[in-house]
Amino acid sequence: MKLNLQIDPIACTGHGLCADLLPELIELDEWGYPIIGGAVPPDLAAHARRAVNACPALALRLVRTPDQLAARHALAASETRGG
Amino acid sequence: MVSLPDGRLSLGTGRLLAAGSSGPSPLWYTARATGVVALVLLTVTVALGVAGTARVSTDLLPGIVRSGLHRNTSLLAVAFIAVHVLSSVLDPYAGIKLTAAVVPFSSAYRPIWLGLGAIAFDMLLALLFTSLVRSRLSYRAWHAVHWLGYACWPVALWHGLGTGTDSRLSWLLLLDAACALVVGAAVAWRLNLTVHRLTGHSVPGRSLAAGSFAGYGRVRAAGLAGVAAFLLATIVFVTTGPLQPGWARRAGTPASMLHSAHPASNAFAGRTGAGR
Amino acid sequence: MSHAHARDEYRRDQYRGDQYRGDQDRGDKDRGDQDPDDRDPDDRRRRTGAGVTPRLTMDWQRADRAATLREHSARFGPLRANAARRGNRDLLDQIAAAGLTGRGGASFPTAKKMRAVAAGRGPAVVVANGMESEPASEKDQALLARAPHLVLDGISVAATAVGAAEAHLCLSRTRGWLVDSVLAAIAEREQAGADRIGVAVHELPHHYVSSEETALVHWLNGGEAKPTSTPPRPFERGVGKRPTLVDNVETLAHVALIARYGAAWFREAGTGGGAGTMLTTVAGAVSRPGVYEVEAGTSVGDVLELAGLRERSEAVLIGGYFGTWHDLEVIADLPFTAAGLRPAGGSPGAGVLFALPAGTCGLAEAARIMRYLASQGAQQCGPCIFGLPAIADDLAQLAAGRPEGDPLSRMQRRFGVISGRGACRHPDGAVRMAASAIRTFGADAHAHARRRPCLAAHRGRQQTALLPVPRPFAEGDWR
Repeated sequence: MKLNLQIDPIACTGHGLCADLLPELIELDEWGYPIIGGAVPPDLAAHARRAVNACPALALRLVRTPDQLAARHALAASETRGG
Repeated sequence: MVSLPDGRLSLGTGRLLAAGSSGPSPLWYTARATGVVALVLLTVTVALGVAGTARVSTDLLPGIVRSGLHRNTSLLAVAFIAVHVLSSVLDPYAGIKLTAAVVPFSSAYRPIWLGLGAIAFDMLLALLFTSLVRSRLSYRAWHAVHWLGYACWPVALWHGLGTGTDSRLSWLLLLDAACALVVGAAVAWRLNLTVHRLTGHSVPGRSLAAGSFAGYGRVRAAGLAGVAAFLLATIVFVTTGPLQPGWARRAGTPASMLHSAHPASNAFAGRTGAGR
Repeated sequence: MSHAHARDEYRRDQYRGDQYRGDQDRGDKDRGDQDPDDRDPDDRRRRTGAGVTPRLTMDWQRADRAATLREHSARFGPLRANAARRGNRDLLDQIAAAGLTGRGGASFPTAKKMRAVAAGRGPAVVVANGMESEPASEKDQALLARAPHLVLDGISVAATAVGAAEAHLCLSRTRGWLVDSVLAAIAEREQAGADRIGVAVHELPHHYVSSEETALVHWLNGGEAKPTSTPPRPFERGVGKRPTLVDNVETLAHVALIARYGAAWFREAGTGGGAGTMLTTVAGAVSRPGVYEVEAGTSVGDVLELAGLRERSEAVLIGGYFGTWHDLEVIADLPFTAAGLRPAGGSPGAGVLFALPAGTCGLAEAARIMRYLASQGAQQCGPCIFGLPAIADDLAQLAAGRPEGDPLSRMQRRFGVISGRGACRHPDGAVRMAASAIRTFGADAHAHARRRPCLAAHRGRQQTALLPVPRPFAEGDWR
């Protein structure tokens, strides 16, 4: 069971607190928006949770079962526009 | 259990009061002191909150530290206000009931000015509660309640000026003025954030989104005018209210307390020499 | 607004007769059959057997208006009332066996999507996407203008298949003429009692991202026509929180024919791994630009030949403004399908094929498109808000031959960090287009980076501003 960080890109406004708290996994692009570097290893789980709580916009989420997530999104994997 | 000279029973905390007019009650001191500290803490909280919106993040004050401080000063303020309320209630002199802390204008002692305190306290409780359950609320709901912070502070200030028996103390007046200027500057800063660019990029955060609509210039002007008006009104209030003799009676201190020997209101003010 | 209106007026005039080209040179043909002797005596076409296959587009050249319900019924036969049972296995199986994939850009298997919606809880909703906010694409407008009843049949069939009690058709509010035409077709059907459920027609803002499925759902739910964060996706929770099927109008038209004639018939057309037919908009260095219906799997080169490719074209934009640029040599023999183009890093997308005339700077065209795409984001996600204009600036510098610093490496760096970080695939598509332009026009890019004019300019026949880039709409006009 893996932990993954997920960003809600619409809620995120680039405060950058998450990158301060979890520099191992989160870095900021040139405009101050976060890039997630990978799954959360068990030893960083507590830090990841702190990062999630610290986000002023509540844009960061910890997702527990990426397998479930993958199944849900499989049905709309490459959806762009136009139906 | 102690029986007081006038026949009332006291829990014992009033033991020190048994002597009558021997000195101000420690509870009264506590209430006043915690009130002042709470105001200062709330001032710092507001300033840090605006700094958060402004994305202030320096080596001395990194973003998470600033954010954590904002949270902690607000919690500390609530803690001080809890003691402030409790000590006011436990002090048997003014007869302030616990309900008066949350139900505005329900106390016998200076109902209006104490009531303002109840309003500020209620707002603070709403802020506290929504922030504690933040992850269960929508961002919009949490943010809408959080705006109350800007309303809470001026109400708390006027509560202090009107209810406080120290309002004549010059050092306290200076402290109040300093806090008001800090908050005024913070609000002005906040109003300007939506039209200025930060960090060299425009950062269209949700709280800054207001800057993108056409009428924002007017909103900003109105806001700044409001800040100036409030500061002015406070000065007028202080000079025509608490600084004038007879304020205690005008403020709603019950008549029975006005001429008693108990260390409060006039007598106390006279004792400290701050009366004019 | 008036500029856009005038442009759309122009487009409408084009449809009123000349836009559809397909069968003009061949006269009447039975659907699906083509007499070999009647083919255009072009070596390549004779060799591969590629040509126009008029199924959706049957008889389009006969009149310059929409087919009436009667004409439609005469042309295609009756649509038998399928069992009004949710998750109609027969219908869904037919669509699955036919191998129909979405015609809106994602090429997602249609039956799979329908099954997912049918499996949802509660009554479903069908949304037909007729927005066509891709400026270079005209197939959906043509289809709705000429054969609205095919689309309306498709909506009806899809609604039955997924158990929907509600159907919507989303059109762009800049195409009032099309809305009127479709409403007239719906009125005909109401009179004839042709549908189990009525179709509500909506006019949405015409932004590029407004035709994204979550944007449609958001608008229908009372919000702005901007994409929303997922999960949940519309097939799980969409309009009114119900499972919602969002399909392109062309996809639904194919569904209408599969429901009539079956999967085997659908697969009779199709070559090189493709199934059925597809509509494609061909433009650029061709003598007969317009909307063509070809067999899926027809090679890119053959489709261009159909439209009369002028030999001096060397590059082609495939898919639309969120598509990719390719060297014509490399791409010409590949089938115009998702699987066929994948090795070249391309995709049919919205079915657009634009042949870049020789003597045109592809970088300049790409820069114009990029500027447009950068302005068309919903302004919700940081990487898109900042990343796309940054790349647009870099590309513009390159195209103008006035680079500041090293725009090429700046862009390469930015390409890597923008995709996948928005709520929708708009930044992904824009980045893909820009990256493919750098790849395809690599020589020009390097020349421009050294402040030298590109080879196109050398030939002295520079043409500019060929791809239609509409003026962006007023800010705030998302509702």
